[in-house]
Amino acid sequence: MTTIAVAETALTLGLLRLADTALVHAHRLSEWCGHAPMLEEDLALANIALDLIGQARALYTYAAEIEGAGRTEDDLAYRRDAPQYRNVLMAELPKGDFAFTILRAFFLAAQAEPLWRATAASRDATLAAIAAKAAKEAAYHLRHAGEWVIRLGDGTAESRRRMLDAFAVLWPYTGELFEADAADRALIEDGILPDPAVLRPQWDAAVDRVFAEADLARPADRWMQSGGRSGRHTEHLGHMLAVMQHLPRAYPGATW
Amino acid sequence: MYTQALNQPETGPNAAEDAARLARFEARIDAEERIEPNDWMPEAYRRTLIRQISQHAHSEIVGMLPEGNWITRAPSLRRKAALLAKVQDEGGHGLYLYAAAETLGVTREELVAQLLSGRAKYSSIFNYPTLTWADIGAIGWLVDGAAIMNQIPLCRTSYGPYARAMIRICKEESFHQRQGYEIMLTLCRGTPEQKAMAQDALDRWWWPALMMFGPPDSESAHTAQSMRWKIKRFTNDELRQQFVDATVPQGHYLGLTFPDPELRFDPATGHWRFGAIDWEEFRRVLAGDGPCNRERLETRRRAHDEGAWVREAALAHAAKRRARAAAQKIAAE
Ligand SMILES: [Fe+2]
Ligand SMILES: [Fe+2]
Ligand SMILES: [Fe+2]
Repeated sequence: MTTIAVAETALTLGLLRLADTALVHAHRLSEWCGHAPMLEEDLALANIALDLIGQARALYTYAAEIEGAGRTEDDLAYRRDAPQYRNVLMAELPKGDFAFTILRAFFLAAQAEPLWRATAASRDATLAAIAAKAAKEAAYHLRHAGEWVIRLGDGTAESRRRMLDAFAVLWPYTGELFEADAADRALIEDGILPDPAVLRPQWDAAVDRVFAEADLARPADRWMQSGGRSGRHTEHLGHMLAVMQHLPRAYPGATW
Repeated sequence: MYTQALNQPETGPNAAEDAARLARFEARIDAEERIEPNDWMPEAYRRTLIRQISQHAHSEIVGMLPEGNWITRAPSLRRKAALLAKVQDEGGHGLYLYAAAETLGVTREELVAQLLSGRAKYSSIFNYPTLTWADIGAIGWLVDGAAIMNQIPLCRTSYGPYARAMIRICKEESFHQRQGYEIMLTLCRGTPEQKAMAQDALDRWWWPALMMFGPPDSESAHTAQSMRWKIKRFTNDELRQQFVDATVPQGHYLGLTFPDPELRFDPATGHWRFGAIDWEEFRRVLAGDGPCNRERLETRRRAHDEGAWVREAALAHAAKRRARAAAQKIAAE
């Protein structure tokens, strides 16, 4: 089971960025299963993780098809090492407490929801079909996480303190959600993916609405973390992949 | 399923029970009528049901842990999604069952407190560790398989809310069983290392799976009363035999060997005869000394304790909302 690197075109890179973010975030959410603060949240977080895994699978399958090297969704998930992963950094940060998990899910869903909604009109028909389904899922994720941000922000002194702590850690990772490099711009020009500059005001509006209800204030924008989308990750991703990829790497060539 | 510990004799106060109402109740049971939450029922019937349903619910919840252990390491995305969905289903089963128990006048909080304090039991099977991926196959095939054997008759149990919960649960358990068997089949048709993994899993899970049906009928103090009230429809030994008869040919089809030198087909009865179960191990694990008892309860307690601030926040927020709505109403008047 050797490590692979995908020959990235603008489109395969764009698909991997979306797929990797979904899978890596799903991994973090799935770590809650059996350990959540209440049974209802064991189910809800697993539900969100399942949607994200489903999105990742569809996107990997399409990326592999476009690459045309005979690879599968599992090759892309299990055989690329950390520097080949293209997810945003926010998704890979360790699980943290429930406030952290919820705020991360909220930030990511607030970006994913308008992104998928716009992509449902993509000139790429396959991607448009994936997006149409994902948009509905993201709307639910956004509602679920948003309700919890409000409950925790406007709950007890402790829940508010934890929400503010999560906020301080996560905010510098929000900038990466709206970056556009040359590959992104090529996809925007071809009408395949939407311009992050168009998504940003929708994200701002969702954040402002929920923060107002949660009585939270956004900080002034300052230096932002970056790098995940081009393969420069935090120290955490390698550990995650060591766990996730363990079996296929320990038994090369086996079918499961 | 998962109610192995229901074997202490029922000694509650029943002298004061109204004889006429009891006779009416028993006539309804005999007529195969369903008992519903607002119907009169003997206290012993209520207590037995609360204990049985809550033990089942606890088993579903604790059962999320051994399988949850492999979600992040599932070897393909298809297997990962299926396993996560399965563990989520088990959580859902816990939720329906706690709701069914609540119709008998207890709260979920009380029941969970009994689990976390160690007073309530859950199925001994979940005190064994999941050591390889093949254990995920073996659990689906054997543990969900044993659960179905036990639970299908519960779809006709006399208490309505329990029977209805079981109908929903059984559909999902049989899906889990097929999925587990399919994992085993893939491993057994895979590399020699994968087949060895499957054999090792069968070696470790077979006897604990047989213990899931509870002690032998000769020692099961509850069976007679529960059968009379149609809470149970078959005895522990009958269900265990049905399970062995259904499962042994499946194992042979996989090309695996059961870890029981005495296992043989008895053409006279059509049953597979099996060797003696180590009831000493069963009692020991049920009493707390199994490989993972301490860890499983600690994990549940930690999740509960670490989640306390979240539950408090949700309540505090709901109270604030109510107060604000009330204040607005007053201001509007
Ligand atoms: Fe079960
Ligand atoms: Fe279940
Ligand atoms: Fe199950």
